[in-house]
Amino acid sequence: MADNLREEVDELIASGSAEAAAQRLLELGRKESGPAAAAFIASRIEKLRGKIRLLEYRLSILRSFTVEPLVPTLRAAAFTFGIDLQVQIGEFNAYAQEILDPESSLYSFAPDAVVLAARTVDLAPDLWQDFTSLSPASVSEATQRVCRSFRQWLQAFRERSQASLLVHTLEQPPRPSAGLLDQQSLAGQAESIQSINRELRLMAREVGGVYVMDYDALIARHGRLRWQDDRKWLTARMPIAADHLIYLSREWLRFLVPLAGKIAKALVVDLDNTLWGGVIGEDGINGIRLGSEYPGAAYQELQRAMLDLSRRGILLAICSKNNLDDAMEALEKHPGMLLRPKHFSAMRVNWSDKSQGIREIAEELNIGIESIAFLDDSPFERELVRSALSEVTVIDLPEDPLQYAAALRECPVFERLKLSAEDGQRADFYSKERERVQAEQTFRSKEDFYRFLRQEAEIAPVDASSLARIAQLTQKTNQFNLTTRRYTELQISEMAERPGWQVLSIRVRDRFGDHGLVGVAITHDEQGSCEIDTFLLSCRVIGRTIETTLLSNISERALERGQEKLCGWFTRTKKNAPAGEFYSRHGFELMKQNAEGSYWTLDLKRGPIACPEWTKLTVITNGGKVESDSIRTNS
Amino acid sequence: MRAIVFEQIRRIASDLFSVRAERITIESSPESIEQWDSAKHLDLVLAIEDTFKLQLSPEEIEQMKNIEQITKIVESKLPATPA
Repeated sequence: MADNLREEVDELIASGSAEAAAQRLLELGRKESGPAAAAFIASRIEKLRGKIRLLEYRLSILRSFTVEPLVPTLRAAAFTFGIDLQVQIGEFNAYAQEILDPESSLYSFAPDAVVLAARTVDLAPDLWQDFTSLSPASVSEATQRVCRSFRQWLQAFRERSQASLLVHTLEQPPRPSAGLLDQQSLAGQAESIQSINRELRLMAREVGGVYVMDYDALIARHGRLRWQDDRKWLTARMPIAADHLIYLSREWLRFLVPLAGKIAKALVVDLDNTLWGGVIGEDGINGIRLGSEYPGAAYQELQRAMLDLSRRGILLAICSKNNLDDAMEALEKHPGMLLRPKHFSAMRVNWSDKSQGIREIAEELNIGIESIAFLDDSPFERELVRSALSEVTVIDLPEDPLQYAAALRECPVFERLKLSAEDGQRADFYSKERERVQAEQTFRSKEDFYRFLRQEAEIAPVDASSLARIAQLTQKTNQFNLTTRRYTELQISEMAERPGWQVLSIRVRDRFGDHGLVGVAITHDEQGSCEIDTFLLSCRVIGRTIETTLLSNISERALERGQEKLCGWFTRTKKNAPAGEFYSRHGFELMKQNAEGSYWTLDLKRGPIACPEWTKLTVITNGGKVESDSIRTNS
Repeated sequence: MRAIVFEQIRRIASDLFSVRAERITIESSPESIEQWDSAKHLDLVLAIEDTFKLQLSPEEIEQMKNIEQITKIVESKLPATPA
């Protein structure tokens, strides 16, 4: 037991070394995963609050069973992702009232996310306990009743709150009432419960911000009979066996981590004993273990998991201490490789420090260090990276290579709750970007390069098809972002409907390909001035005057609405230096400055900001029709 | 054997009740430790089950009135270790 670590943590807290205490707490969490250590960690997070950088995230749990013992485990695990999770728990079986009553403690808590965890036995006691006594008509009545209730709750919840909602599916009984007959039936107990779960998925799709958490699948994955503890259920309303509680808390976390915006955009991997078994420099291409049979299959499974991540929009990169020729030979020619050089958006194969390699990869991919996850079989390399780059998500691989793929698949920072068209094509963008960088180097002036790009942009107000991507950009964009305000889809659509507010997005295409929706501007009209609430660009299109194109259109629209000034804040963060000169470069005057940032104004009476001549701009107005489709040369 | 079990239970209790391990003795009970309420008692039961990989019956949970009794019950349920 890591007693010394505990004492060290308390001493560091007492002496005011909050950052060091947090590092020791994380180390304790890696060494001990039990509920006692979690309780220790959770209680110390309270003491560190306000002294270290943590993202506060509020979770409310609506439930029909005891979840209290899960809370410390959940909070300790959230802490490893830099989240200070604050948890409120509803009364037993009071979830319906709590959702329906706008004055309930659920809403006054103002949660960021809500879990609705009700058991089948509580939601549909007839389907669970008395199934064999029900006629086919009363079975279908019961399933419809449950679905109606869910629909009512989901809609009421959405009217009262913008929080994300995770709804547990209904679990199947371990032993259906009709015995084997149930397995033959199309309208048996299993089928009825299944039909409710299917309906839940449809409802979740209709009501925004609602996600299905497949509680039944979670139980099945861990073994239905091992999951439950009937004695605890009867004595303490705790239906889950003590040693399985952690799996429910981990499953919740897989949702909460990406919902809180803690996501990895790129996975950096080692090669030897990670992508394949053995050391390529010593064992050679015929000696490494990789293929569809044991023992090489373990590594192929890991590669398969990485391919799945890449199709989810996560970039892959290599950081390995090797000779480049050895590594390339295996990557290009080994018959067991599922991943080939084209799957990797960046590579650092050399003998320098891995933290250096990771820094360079982040720069090359134009993403922040905190958006990188690192996978390496060597505990030594992992520890080095962890201590040099604390923002990187370092994935702890188990000893057994057969468990590697599972460890990767279960890591919450790779979870996405929604995919945009851009996500699926991201790896392509980056390989095109490499061509673009090469092209740029051959031009004499920036302007020549811009003309060569043949950029086409389209600016349009938010609509149903762009809503998800716009919200995603406000959540993820760190670098070219003037105010870094994070919005959910619901907030965006609510803003778009407010009088005087405009939510615009810009799509960009050039000779190398379609970049998709890459910029967002949100403005609102005040007396005589148009205020910029949000202005951001994806890092993919920084440095090619797209920001000027978007700003020019905002200024034209503001003039058309009779505004005389264009104003906005620049709020400095650790990441948004690329946007720091934006207002001054476009002729704005600095009006005031305080600790948070600076406020800028542009007089529009002198006319709108010119759109760069090398960008062909299409403007779509609220009516949806194309207003102009000509190359603008009013510069 | 008992000493090892006691030390582990002491560690668990110390973590759960946020009390220094030295303050937890064989006589400690809900009466002497303020934070040891009924909710924390369930946490303690679950943490013991998870740590020692065993299941406690409602009767045993009922008997767990102080650290000494908890230690005895846990010890009686552990597989005998070869000498």
